[in-house]
Amino acid sequence: MNKYLEIDHVGITFPTDNGPLTVLDGVHLNLRQGEFVSLIGHSGCGKSTVLNIVAGLLQATEGGVVLEGKEVNEPGPDRAVVFQHHSLMPWLSVYDNVRLAVDQVFKKSRSKQERHEWTLHNLELVHMSHALDRKPDEISGGMKQRVGIARALAMEPKVLLMDEPFGALDSLTRTHMQDSLMEIQTRLNNTVIMITHDVDEAVLLSDRIIMMTNGPKAKVGEILDIDLPRPRDRLALAENPTYNHYRAEVVRFLHERHLQKEQKDDKNEDAKPSETDEPVVRLVS
Amino acid sequence: MSHANTLTANVFTTYLNRLTAAVNIQKLIKGLLVPFVALLFFMMLWSAGAQQVQTSLGTFPGPVQVWEQTKALWVEHQEERVKETAFYERLQKRIDKAVAAGKPEKKIERLKQRKYTGKETFIDQIFTSLITVATGFVLASLIAIPLGIIIGMNHTLYSAFNPIIQLLKPVSPLAWLPLVTMVVSAVYVSADPMFSKSFLTSAITVTLCCLWPTIINTAVGVAGVDKDLINVSRVLRLGWLTKTVKIVLPSSIPMMFTGLRLSLGIGWMVLIAAEMLAQNPGLGKFVWDEFQNGSSNSLARIMVAVIAIGAIGFLLDRGMLSLQKIVSWDKNAILR
Repeated sequence: MNKYLEIDHVGITFPTDNGPLTVLDGVHLNLRQGEFVSLIGHSGCGKSTVLNIVAGLLQATEGGVVLEGKEVNEPGPDRAVVFQHHSLMPWLSVYDNVRLAVDQVFKKSRSKQERHEWTLHNLELVHMSHALDRKPDEISGGMKQRVGIARALAMEPKVLLMDEPFGALDSLTRTHMQDSLMEIQTRLNNTVIMITHDVDEAVLLSDRIIMMTNGPKAKVGEILDIDLPRPRDRLALAENPTYNHYRAEVVRFLHERHLQKEQKDDKNEDAKPSETDEPVVRLVS
Repeated sequence: MSHANTLTANVFTTYLNRLTAAVNIQKLIKGLLVPFVALLFFMMLWSAGAQQVQTSLGTFPGPVQVWEQTKALWVEHQEERVKETAFYERLQKRIDKAVAAGKPEKKIERLKQRKYTGKETFIDQIFTSLITVATGFVLASLIAIPLGIIIGMNHTLYSAFNPIIQLLKPVSPLAWLPLVTMVVSAVYVSADPMFSKSFLTSAITVTLCCLWPTIINTAVGVAGVDKDLINVSRVLRLGWLTKTVKIVLPSSIPMMFTGLRLSLGIGWMVLIAAEMLAQNPGLGKFVWDEFQNGSSNSLARIMVAVIAIGAIGFLLDRGMLSLQKIVSWDKNAILR
């Protein structure tokens, strides 16, 4: 297997008031180019920390991240991030939000006209061409997330990092966004790491699902290869036994971890898991 | 049949008109009538209360006396303007005559430089005050906004400056004034001064009191930029300047304006006190002179000044609010 992106035995320890806290311990993962990988696990297991280390927003205390044979230590547009809460500048229009990124990344390599067209092209890709002059406050949550994705795609990243991109959306919008993302992924063949709490989303979108053990000292628990043909159709897959098998596997893994966590919590009363962040299992309708 | 139809239509439109009128009237009552009634009630209370207070300068002025003095001050202003015009007309005639008589250049020049030296009217003093407060406020903002941005962006600098700011913030303008007066007298020595010393002293005192709310609020605004947005700028590798201009400044503008509004409000209050003591010919000096004057009209004239000071302060605040609404990106924010 070729190693396009290598997360090499990454560990991270934060100093806290109660002494050092090791959040990740030897997380190891290799990604092929064009692969779509989901990270799933219970809340607090350090999924976001993995993503932030790959993005360069956090520094690993052990191990490191290697992209195309080069170690990465700082953030950069080659690893674009789609944040959970869209993170658009509220004072810039939809167009200007994407244009800011385009101008920054391509200020030397492309002319003004090319940058303008590239901005429009990426907004077209996420079907947001009708709202170029609107401010983020004037569009819906799903639209904001689309713009966030357009901004990330416009950077032409080597790796696209998505931190629960659809977590804050209602389920209908989420369905649309997942379909859009699959369509874009088919066209552009990006390498993607996505964090999700949603089992169906993980199975539907991913080539591989990385299931992480509970933190602290979280590591890769199990890896599930999703061998389903693309393009995938959620309605057809609902009846598909392979799909349902994968789904059951993820649910089983999470359930086992959940039991472990409860046993641990019985001993350790003050570390209660938050209910809202737990992975959700929903029926495919 | 058609007649009946028109009739129904007419009745319907009338009804509709009445309905909308009713809604409008309700709005009008709430918007204008209620404050008006409250004002009337306040005037009555003032009038009745004022009559109970006897001072060495006569009865405390009620609304009627104050209104009379307002008119008197306006008449004085207009009379003064007439005198001024007359003076310059006379002067022009003398110059023309001197030129016709072939008097030496030097003498004509001297005539031309003569200025009208009449008494400053109430209206003139209002403008003096506005210019002084504007000078102090702009000076303070020019210092406070950059400083606020810098200490907001840098945690070390923030901890360095914060104690000093907290210490100087509650200092009364009256404590600064003697120091400022002495420093201005010592430093600003010029044969042909552009500004009078009293003006500089007042403006600088205003500056010293205007600085703090703007610095603190700007710093808090800058430090409170959404962490996700900072992460976006890191991913994009924005330079320091781009980051400041595109992300930090816009997101701290609401807080910055909160600081500026507070500063201007404080500045206007401070100015009156500063003008009283520094004898800058503005509203503060007007109040002080009337107090020293001690005629039977003085208290009423001071009340006119009090109302003018309140009204101008209110207008200044509204002006800042409108500016904030124009500049702010968050059009949904409720500003009041």
